[in-house]
Amino acid sequence: MPRRGRAGSSAGGPQGLPGISTTGRRAGTFCVLLIVALAAQATRVQVFQAKELDHNPANQRLTVERYSQPRGNILVGHDTVTGSVPTGGRYDYRRTYTDGPLYAAVTGYSSQTYGNTQLEGTEDDVLSGTDPRLAGWALWDAIARKQNPGGDVYTTIDKAAQQAATKGLGSQKGAVAAIEPATGRILALASTPGYDPGSFAGTSAADQQAWDKLQADTNQPMLNRALRQIYPPGSTFKVVTAGAALAAGTVTDIDAPTGAPYPYVLPGTTTPLVNDTPVCNRPNLSLDTAMIYSCNSVLGYLGVRTGLDGMLSTARDFGFNDAKLDIPFRAARSNFDEKMDESQLALSSIGQFDTAATPLVMAMVAAGVANNGTVMYPQLVDRLTRSDGTAVQVMEPRTYKQALSPAVAAQVQRLMTDVVEKGTGTNAKIRGATVGGKTGTAQQGVDNTGTPYAWFISWARPAGSGEVPPVAVAVVVADSDATDVTGGGLAAPIARSVMQAVLGG
Amino acid sequence: MATPSAVARSTPRPRPVRTRRNTELALVLAAVLIAVLGYIEVGVNIDGSVPSGAAGYGAALGVLALLAHGVIRRRAPYADPLLLPIAILLNGVGLVVIYRLDRATPRSEAAPTQLLWSTLGVALFIGVVLLLRDHKRLQRYAYSGALVALVLLVLPVLFPPVYGSRIWITVGPLSFQPGEFAKILLAVFFAAYLAVHRDALALTGRRIWGVQLPVGRVLGPVLLIWAAFVGVLVLETDLGTSLLFFGLFVVMLYVATARSGWIAIGLLLAAVGAAGVGRLSPHVHSRVTDWLDPLGSIEAGRGANQIAQSLFAFAWGGLLGTGLGNGHSILIGFAAKSDFILATIGEELGLTGLIALFLLYALLVSRGFRTGIALTDPFGRLLAIGLAAIVGIQVFVVAGGVLDLIPLTGMTLPFIAQGGSSVVTNWIIVALLVRMSDVARRPAPRPEEG
Repeated sequence: MPRRGRAGSSAGGPQGLPGISTTGRRAGTFCVLLIVALAAQATRVQVFQAKELDHNPANQRLTVERYSQPRGNILVGHDTVTGSVPTGGRYDYRRTYTDGPLYAAVTGYSSQTYGNTQLEGTEDDVLSGTDPRLAGWALWDAIARKQNPGGDVYTTIDKAAQQAATKGLGSQKGAVAAIEPATGRILALASTPGYDPGSFAGTSAADQQAWDKLQADTNQPMLNRALRQIYPPGSTFKVVTAGAALAAGTVTDIDAPTGAPYPYVLPGTTTPLVNDTPVCNRPNLSLDTAMIYSCNSVLGYLGVRTGLDGMLSTARDFGFNDAKLDIPFRAARSNFDEKMDESQLALSSIGQFDTAATPLVMAMVAAGVANNGTVMYPQLVDRLTRSDGTAVQVMEPRTYKQALSPAVAAQVQRLMTDVVEKGTGTNAKIRGATVGGKTGTAQQGVDNTGTPYAWFISWARPAGSGEVPPVAVAVVVADSDATDVTGGGLAAPIARSVMQAVLGG
Repeated sequence: MATPSAVARSTPRPRPVRTRRNTELALVLAAVLIAVLGYIEVGVNIDGSVPSGAAGYGAALGVLALLAHGVIRRRAPYADPLLLPIAILLNGVGLVVIYRLDRATPRSEAAPTQLLWSTLGVALFIGVVLLLRDHKRLQRYAYSGALVALVLLVLPVLFPPVYGSRIWITVGPLSFQPGEFAKILLAVFFAAYLAVHRDALALTGRRIWGVQLPVGRVLGPVLLIWAAFVGVLVLETDLGTSLLFFGLFVVMLYVATARSGWIAIGLLLAAVGAAGVGRLSPHVHSRVTDWLDPLGSIEAGRGANQIAQSLFAFAWGGLLGTGLGNGHSILIGFAAKSDFILATIGEELGLTGLIALFLLYALLVSRGFRTGIALTDPFGRLLAIGLAAIVGIQVFVVAGGVLDLIPLTGMTLPFIAQGGSSVVTNWIIVALLVRMSDVARRPAPRPEEG
């Protein structure tokens, strides 16, 4: 401030104290400093604390922004299975599902009240348009705060297989996972009883009621049994044991006598390992016969002969004990104990004791065998695109593990085809196709009084084809009203219809 | 101020002072243009098209601005050229933001009323510039003015409280905040009293703890009047205004007497008062709690309080803001257009817009102080400084409150917030500053025309 001499000098302060020119300037500086303090505080809030405040759970802005435009869609093949409708409320658009229950295990839900799960959750950035890869000019868009239209998520799901799986499970409690063995593409992912994710997508009282009802249901309809629930795999695990035994050299010829005793007493105990069928009650059966009739005594013996290390290594290669199996949403960890005595190892080798698996991992077992021993990483997303259809990301098949050598895999394939041709899996036979499978009937509940779990894992290829089978599938029926609950009786027909759907298409 | 070419003539006569009226005109037009562009931005961002009212709004603001400018050109040609453009810009931006918030609350439109009040404000501005030829005449009405101010302050006690404060007079659809006008009257009174008694007040009394205290005899009456005002305001739980009056009082006492002892006394009184009120009034106590821990209510499971919502709005704006019409500051709830209007500016114009706004206020305040320093009569000097201090302190109190720098006290952001009494009062303040700056800048012997 330039001092105007005339003004400053005429009014000296009382008793030689500074005049108003001086005190006024000081007071003015003080007032301006007050405003500078405001600017400093604004910088603190808007720059340094901004991120934390933006993500405060009580701050509705992120949610409002998310629903301010139509959400991108999830597709099965060329069919859109989701949609968005204007609400007229604070959240502009609400999620809809064209066939909610059919694809609930795939899509998950996107609810304005309850958040996002599964594909709706893991691919949320693309669907809601916030993924920077969607932007044409990322930097400028960030400055202009341009919201990109939501991108689309194309799944690997095969509509016919998904429908066959859901229809096959019907009103039973259970799940299906189907994989394309050569690529790891997930063809079907079904869980029953299911739910309609569209029933609670909004914020109304009806949405809340639907949600509360689903949460209170003791049948847990919102549990994704295909990959979030583990079940004892029972005899289907014998495929892993047979593979491990062949890989370790415990068995070299599947048709030769194995040297397995009968009865086989669990090591360190006096308890014999019992079989379900008298055909098994002989010593020295071949591995092939033991698989065809699902002989516990033989496979338990072979598991112990192979040893914990060999069993554990093969189980891991098929996907067991992997706590981070993301397809992209995470599967529950399938378990094969890492410390056991021999009796426990014998039981674990026939899919009991602490052994437990998701249907997804059992499908990986069937798929790995079908793909000549190479397990492919299971993936559910084929590609992500911008709203104009241009791709942002395209799926590339990835090897999960080489679980078996091609030679061993070929032997296990024969074991599995024999099961379907001559053994417990005849319900899975398909005219014009080669099918390999394995049944499982796992006891559960206190003293095995609960309804057993009926399992079936299998793969199929057109007869005479030398190609890798186009489909592998795992089915579990967890709680059925049927009187005769066996893997071959309940689960195999479902697996067959899923495989037929893929082969037919 | 003058350029070298203007003083090139050889005669030793005083440098001619440029009136800078054309500068003012250009700035006023720029201010109107910025406001109209803001208005258009709201429409484009919300509807995707230029709002139909843009032309009318621009015309209204333009006419008001040109009328005010014309009057200054005629009757106060040496006035500070920045005062009017800043006032126009602030008022114009305020109308835009209120219009923008109206769009989020279609059932309670406030912008048309605010435009009406702004018109009244500009009319009063013109009236003051035209009628008040010499600000020294105000000195005569100092005491009666103080009395009127006290009555204005007491009146609302007879009316029902609004949001916990008894500061409103409600007549039908019109509500009116008399405390706003009282602050001008109080500044006039302080200026007049201090101009006369500043020598006596500066006399040192006893020395306590190294601080020279003023003599009790002169301190008494001032303290009494101040206590009356603050007491009434505390009764009405209008903390913002009591803080403003208190700050004004201390600043003017210091400027008049140069006694830092006054500041010590002021701070002491403030501390005692704040502690007392904080303890006795649950209303104030909760404000202090919210200030210290604005997000505390969220952690306690009671959801976000207004301060938290305000901070959310600022944070969302970040550096550049969402653009007018794209924010969600309506989540703040009630008073979004008045006490919390700064949060909308922070959210939609960002830190950049906020700092530009603070610069405008700083400029307005410093121009007021500068006018005071440039004047020669003690009354005018103190009045100009007091009026500028009112604006500065008020901005600090309200903006500091919504930014969580100090406890929240309900006040209006000068020229911007919704509120008729506030916008009218601020136009009068600017009119007085224009009037006084004309006197301050006018060359002593009038330069011949041409």
